[in-house]
Amino acid sequence: MARIGKVMAQVAMVMNLDKCIGCHTCSVTCKQAWTNRSGVEYVWFNNVETRPGQGYPRRHEDQERWQGGWKRTAAGRLKPRAGGRLKKLATIFANPKMPAIQDYYEPWTYDYEHLVSAPLGDDIPGARPRSLLSGDPMQIKWSANWDDDLAGGEELGSQDPIVQKIGDKVRFEYEQSFMFYLPRICEHCLNPSCVASCPSGAMYKRAEDGIVLVDQDQCRGWRMCVTGCPYKKVYFNHKTGKAEKCTLCYPRIEVGMPTVCSETCVGRLRYLGVVLYDVERVGKAAAVKDERDLYAAQLDVFLDPGDPDVQAAAARDGIPARWIESARRSPVYQLAKHFAVALPLHPEYRTMPMVWYIPPLSPVVDALSETGHDGEDAGNLFAAIDALRIPVEYLAELFTAGDPAPVKRVLAKLAAMRSYMRRINLGQAPDEAIATAVGMTGADVEAMYRLLAVAKYDERYVVPTAYGVDEADRGVIEEIGCSLDFEGGPGMGGMGGGAPFGEASGRPQAAAVENFHALRDRQTSDGHTGPPRRVNLLNWDGKGRPAGLFPERDQKAGTAPARDPESRNPENKEPQ
Amino acid sequence: MTPSALDYLLWGALPYVVLAVLVGGTVWRYRYDRFGWTTRSSQLYESRLLRIASPTFHFGLLVVIIGHVVGLLIPERWTDAVGITDDAYHVTALSLGALAGVTTLGGIALLIWRRRTTGPVFSATTVNDKVMYLVLVAAILAGLATTLLSAVAGLTGAPEVDYRETVSVWFRSVFVLQPDVAAMSAASGAFKLHALIGLALFALFPFTRLVHAFSAPVGYLFRPYVVYRSRDRRPTAATRPIRRGWS
Repeated sequence: MARIGKVMAQVAMVMNLDKCIGCHTCSVTCKQAWTNRSGVEYVWFNNVETRPGQGYPRRHEDQERWQGGWKRTAAGRLKPRAGGRLKKLATIFANPKMPAIQDYYEPWTYDYEHLVSAPLGDDIPGARPRSLLSGDPMQIKWSANWDDDLAGGEELGSQDPIVQKIGDKVRFEYEQSFMFYLPRICEHCLNPSCVASCPSGAMYKRAEDGIVLVDQDQCRGWRMCVTGCPYKKVYFNHKTGKAEKCTLCYPRIEVGMPTVCSETCVGRLRYLGVVLYDVERVGKAAAVKDERDLYAAQLDVFLDPGDPDVQAAAARDGIPARWIESARRSPVYQLAKHFAVALPLHPEYRTMPMVWYIPPLSPVVDALSETGHDGEDAGNLFAAIDALRIPVEYLAELFTAGDPAPVKRVLAKLAAMRSYMRRINLGQAPDEAIATAVGMTGADVEAMYRLLAVAKYDERYVVPTAYGVDEADRGVIEEIGCSLDFEGGPGMGGMGGGAPFGEASGRPQAAAVENFHALRDRQTSDGHTGPPRRVNLLNWDGKGRPAGLFPERDQKAGTAPARDPESRNPENKEPQ
Repeated sequence: MTPSALDYLLWGALPYVVLAVLVGGTVWRYRYDRFGWTTRSSQLYESRLLRIASPTFHFGLLVVIIGHVVGLLIPERWTDAVGITDDAYHVTALSLGALAGVTTLGGIALLIWRRRTTGPVFSATTVNDKVMYLVLVAAILAGLATTLLSAVAGLTGAPEVDYRETVSVWFRSVFVLQPDVAAMSAASGAFKLHALIGLALFALFPFTRLVHAFSAPVGYLFRPYVVYRSRDRRPTAATRPIRRGWS
C-alpha cells in the first residue's frame, strides 16, 4: 500500500441511469429551490438530458469549441484548455469562448395580462410568449429539454457531439433507436477547472466536504468559470453579474439531509455518501497520459474507509470520527469502488468528477427482448452486450473516454444481477456460476441488488452533518446565539442590508447551517418569530395597513409608525 | 495672472473633496456592497460586437491611463535630464495619446451603440450606467480636445501653455497637500474642462460599475489553480466583527 498523503472527504453522488424515467422532477424541484429568481431564469443547476441528444447548453460536450476542462501539455502538466493564467488575463475584456444565451435558451414568459385585458372580440385572446430579457414578443425555438425523448430525431440527435464522434452508426429510426436519460448536476470535481479559471479566486472547493462554491461577495463577473467548466454547470446571473452554480444543496447536506434533487427523485436513483481520497494523488492521477486510464486513476485516488491505516490518516488530517464512520457506510464508495458499477462522466476532461453514473442496461435488454430472446437470461445478455456495439460505444464515450471494456464489465455485472435475482424470485436455486462469470460471488450480487433495488432512504443517503454544528461541538454552537442576529442580518432589522444600487446590490441572504433551525422555526410556527414581518398577500383582505406591507409613513405626518424600531427587542416593550 | 476665488475653490478645495469621496466611497462600497461589486457583464446577451468593442475600449484606456501617469507624475526636468527634448516628448505624447484616445473613443462609441440597439443589453442598463457613460465619454472627448488643440498649436506655432508646466505641477502639488492653484489657473480652458470632468468621474467612480477596475485580478498570476477554503462559520458577516444585538 502506497503512503497515504493528506486525506480529504468529499460528499459525492451516484445515479443509477436504469431507473431514470426522465420525469424532470429533480430539475423542477431544484429550480424551485435555487434558480426561481430573475437573472437565472435560464439556469438549471440540475437538468435531465435525453441521450443521444445535444444536451443543455446545446452541444456542451464539444470541447473543441467550448474549450472546457484541462489539457495535458507535452511536459505532462495540466493547463486549462482555454488557456493559462496569462491568456485568461489577456482575454478578460471579452471572453472568447463563452456560450451565448441562445446556446442555453432565451427565457420567456407569457403575456397573461392580455387574457383579461383584451377587448371584446370574436377571437379568444391568447397569451403570447415574451422574452424575459428584452420584454419583446418572441418565437420559442429552443429550451433546456427541447430534444426530450428524441424529439427532433435525426435532425437534432445527429448534432450530438458523441454521435458525431462515433460516426454515423447511431440510428434514430424508431425501431432501431436507443435512448436513455442523463440527469446532470455540477460534478463537484476533485480537480475543478472552473475554480482554476476564476481570476478573482472567488470559486473554491470546500475543504470539509469538497463542495465547489462561488463566493458571491468575491466574484467580480469575469465569466472565465463558465468557459472553464466542461460540463457547463457554472452559470452567469445576468442580473447580479455574478457566477452561480449547483451548491450540492450545502445547507441541507450540512444538517445531514440529501440534496433536493435526491430527496425528490421519483425513481430513487440517486445515492449520496462520503468518499475519502488522497488529495496529494489527485494532480498526478488527473495528468495520466492516456485518457482511457483516467477512470482507473481516479479509482486509485479513493481510499478504502475500512482500512485502519486510512482511518488513522483521516483522523490525523482532522476528519471527525463520524465522517470516517459515514464513509464506511457510503453507498457511493460501495458502487464506485467496491462493486465498481458506477463510472465518472467524461473523465477525459481531467477534472476528476464526483457525480458518477451506473450506465443503463436497458438499451441492451430492450434490443434483446425485441428480437424475441429472453432478456433476463445471463448468457443472452452477455452475448448481447458484446454484440450491441452502438449503445456500448456511446456509453463508453460518456463514461470511460471511449474505452468499451469497463462499460462492458459494468453492464455484464448488471446483467448477471438481473439474471441471478430472477432465479431467486422464481423460487429456483441460486446459480453461483452467473455471479462467478462476472467475477463476483452470489452474496456480492445479492448485496449489490439490495443497494440498487431496495435500499431505503437512510441507505441511499448517508450524509454526516457538518463539523461544528452538532452535539459533538455544542460549545461552538452556543457561542453563535440566534443565527439571524448578525450585523445587518434579518434579526437586526435588515434583510441582509440595504440594496443601494438596485436589486443586484447589497448583501446576499445567508443560507447556511447556522440559520437552518431558525428558518425552519419561522416556516412552521403559527405566529411571527420576529421582524421583519412578512405579509401573506393571499390572506390579505385589502383593508388596513398590515405592518411590513407598505413603506413606513413619515413619522412627522402624525400617523402611527408601521414599525417601531424599539419594539424589535421584546425586553424593551412597555407592559400593555 | 493671480488666481481668483473660483480658482481656489476649483483647484484648491475641490480636489480634496473628490479625493475624500473617491477613497471614502470606495471603502464604504467595499464594506457594504461587495455583492454589487462586479463588471455586470452583458456578454451573455450579445457577444459578437462586445468581442471587438470591449477589448478595443479597455486596451485603449490602459494606454491612456499609462499616458496620464507619465504625463502627470514625471516632472519635466527629469525628462530634460535624460536628454529628451521638449519637441520629441510632445510629438510622441501627442501622437500616442491621440491614437490611444481615438481607439478608446471608438471602442466606447461601439459599446454604447451596442448597448442602445441590443434589446436585452438596453433593458439591463440602469440610470446609474447612463450617467456614468455620459461623464466618461465627456472626459474622453475633452481629453482628446486638449490633445488636438495642443497638436494644432504645435503645428501652427501658436503660443500654447505647456500642460507639463501647469496641470502636471498642480496635480503633483495636490498630493503633497500644497495645491499650486496658480499653476492650474494658468492652464488653457480645454485642460481646465478636462480636469473638471475628470474630477467628476473620480467622484462618481465608487458608486458605479467602474469599481470593477479596482479588482483587476492580478493575484491570479501568483496563486495555485485550485483554491480550497474552509467552511465559514458565518458566511455573510465573516468580514466584520460580530457584535451582540444590544451593543
